[in-house]
Amino acid sequence: MTVECEKDHWLVRPRTIRRLWIVFSAVLALVAILQFVIKVKGYFGIDGWSGFAALFGFLCCIAMVLMAKGLGLLLKRKETFYDD
Amino acid sequence: MMTEALPPALILLTAAILIGLTRGHVRSAIVLLSPLVTLWATWQIPDGISMTVDFVGYQLEPIEGSALRRLFATIFALMTFVGGLYAFRHASALELAASYAYAAGAIGVAFAGDLITLFVFWEAMAIFSTAVVWCGNTPMAGRAGKRYAVMHVIGGVILMAGITGVTVQTGSIEIQAMRAVDFPSWMVLIGLLINAAAPPVSAWLSDAYPEATSTGAVFLSAFTTKTAVLALILLFPGEPVLIGVGIYMIFYGIIYALLENDARRILAFSIVNQVGFMVCAIGIGTQLALNGAAAHAFAHIIYKGLLFMSAGVVLYRTGKRKCTDLGGLFRTMPLTCVCGIIGALSISSFPLTSGFTTKLLISEAALSEGLAVIYFLLAAASAGVFLHAGIKFPWFVFFQKDSGLRPKDAPWNMGAAMVSFALICIGLGVFPEPFYALLPYPVEYEAYSPGKVLFYLQLLLFSGLAFFLLLPAMKRTLTITLDTDWLWRICMKLLANTLLVTMIATNEAFSRSTWPRFDAMRTWTRRHWGDQGVFARSWPIGTTAIWISVLLSGYVLLYYI
Repeated sequence: MTVECEKDHWLVRPRTIRRLWIVFSAVLALVAILQFVIKVKGYFGIDGWSGFAALFGFLCCIAMVLMAKGLGLLLKRKETFYDD
Repeated sequence: MMTEALPPALILLTAAILIGLTRGHVRSAIVLLSPLVTLWATWQIPDGISMTVDFVGYQLEPIEGSALRRLFATIFALMTFVGGLYAFRHASALELAASYAYAAGAIGVAFAGDLITLFVFWEAMAIFSTAVVWCGNTPMAGRAGKRYAVMHVIGGVILMAGITGVTVQTGSIEIQAMRAVDFPSWMVLIGLLINAAAPPVSAWLSDAYPEATSTGAVFLSAFTTKTAVLALILLFPGEPVLIGVGIYMIFYGIIYALLENDARRILAFSIVNQVGFMVCAIGIGTQLALNGAAAHAFAHIIYKGLLFMSAGVVLYRTGKRKCTDLGGLFRTMPLTCVCGIIGALSISSFPLTSGFTTKLLISEAALSEGLAVIYFLLAAASAGVFLHAGIKFPWFVFFQKDSGLRPKDAPWNMGAAMVSFALICIGLGVFPEPFYALLPYPVEYEAYSPGKVLFYLQLLLFSGLAFFLLLPAMKRTLTITLDTDWLWRICMKLLANTLLVTMIATNEAFSRSTWPRFDAMRTWTRRHWGDQGVFARSWPIGTTAIWISVLLSGYVLLYYI
């Protein structure tokens, strides 16, 4: 099994993917922590809070995916729907 | 007729005709050189009117220069050049000619100094873009092209009605800023918004563009919606309705792109999304906002062209365009993949890309007008753009799973076109100042501040986290999503069919039940009024005289009684 994996492109090996997740998490942590050093100007108060953008982006994406999912239940059709 | 400048649109239009007449290297030379000549001619046009033509009592102004108009003409010419480079070895002569004539229409609109010229070039664009869709050469492209044409003809009629009304009202065909306050101005606004793919007819765009060829879609992505943006900047700056329309378009694009399986349709939805940002900015209407709309249109044409090019290479090499069929292409298409990612990062306004330096002008405009809700909606939309285009497109096409496909990378000319656009994306992101100098109004805006970069890095990277955590929910399915075009593709068809069936049934029932009665009536009519009928017979004068005297005596008698 390992031999099989080694044959595959290095980018898709489980080990690489695990490492990528670690790097990605570190970057996420970094941009969150950096706010203690770099001041983000809050134009409307709330947007200057620590980690506001991170949380806002994350929650908005979840909301949009859920909304798309919900709408999909109503509006999704088979690809052949319009075929004459 | 008076002219001081060479009309740039005429150069491209001539090129389009010559493309049809020539072949081989001569044609390639025309395809590659004519946009550059057009670009040169664009920059020779001074501010103000430099060409007039008398036409049925009106003085047309086919060429009027200004910083804004030159900016749009520049990007149209640049797009034509890079699009030509991308397409010239693969597209048919017909498609190239149609694309160049279409681009000529866009440049014609950019310099149109009056409403009649604007309308003429507007319609030219509709005709030639339909031809580009039809060059897709499949039954699907044929039907989509027909729907596309009908939509643009309707839009053209509405626009013409508006222009006529405005001309009658003001007595002038000048292009000048107005508000949608009465019937004619509303008609003009609606006519323009149809071409901007605004609701409720946004569906024409995602319906038609993905049916074009891999090269045709690159041209289509650039011109129609952006000329509409230019026309809106010229005619309706600060029209409050546009803010709401823009916000709707932004979120419509995101939601529909999230549900979509066809890679190029994802990109088509994200055109609506991006044009939404521009329309919203035009609604805000301050100098900063209009600068933002113009700058964003410029940057958008480049990165959207780049995205369509990378999707086009994939389609050209694999013949596939659905996310469910694609995946893992990064192995053998590294250049296409990297260029696609640069386009995707730019559209997501990632720092150091053109999106960051242009789209944020619009957020800044909302900020300086104190529009808190709009500002936060735009920020949410930036996250959503990263979600639906920034990650979703490259992820599903180039990574995701191993589809087993091992296509070759892009042909040299397609590669060169992608690399040049990718470089401009980064160039505009890293050195925005020279570009800001081209904008219609003076720019006092600092593109980069540590706080702003951090804000957007947080926003985008955590959106990325959301994407990968929600990946199971994003699994692509073999589906399409219903849109308002359901109304005319299904509902109206049903209605027409029902009407037809009813009419046929009525006719049959009528002939069965009523015709026999009519037959009796006909026989009766013929008996009395026919050749020998009692009322059609010729009567001798004497008989008539007797009858008249009888009637008269009757009348006299009655009078006395």
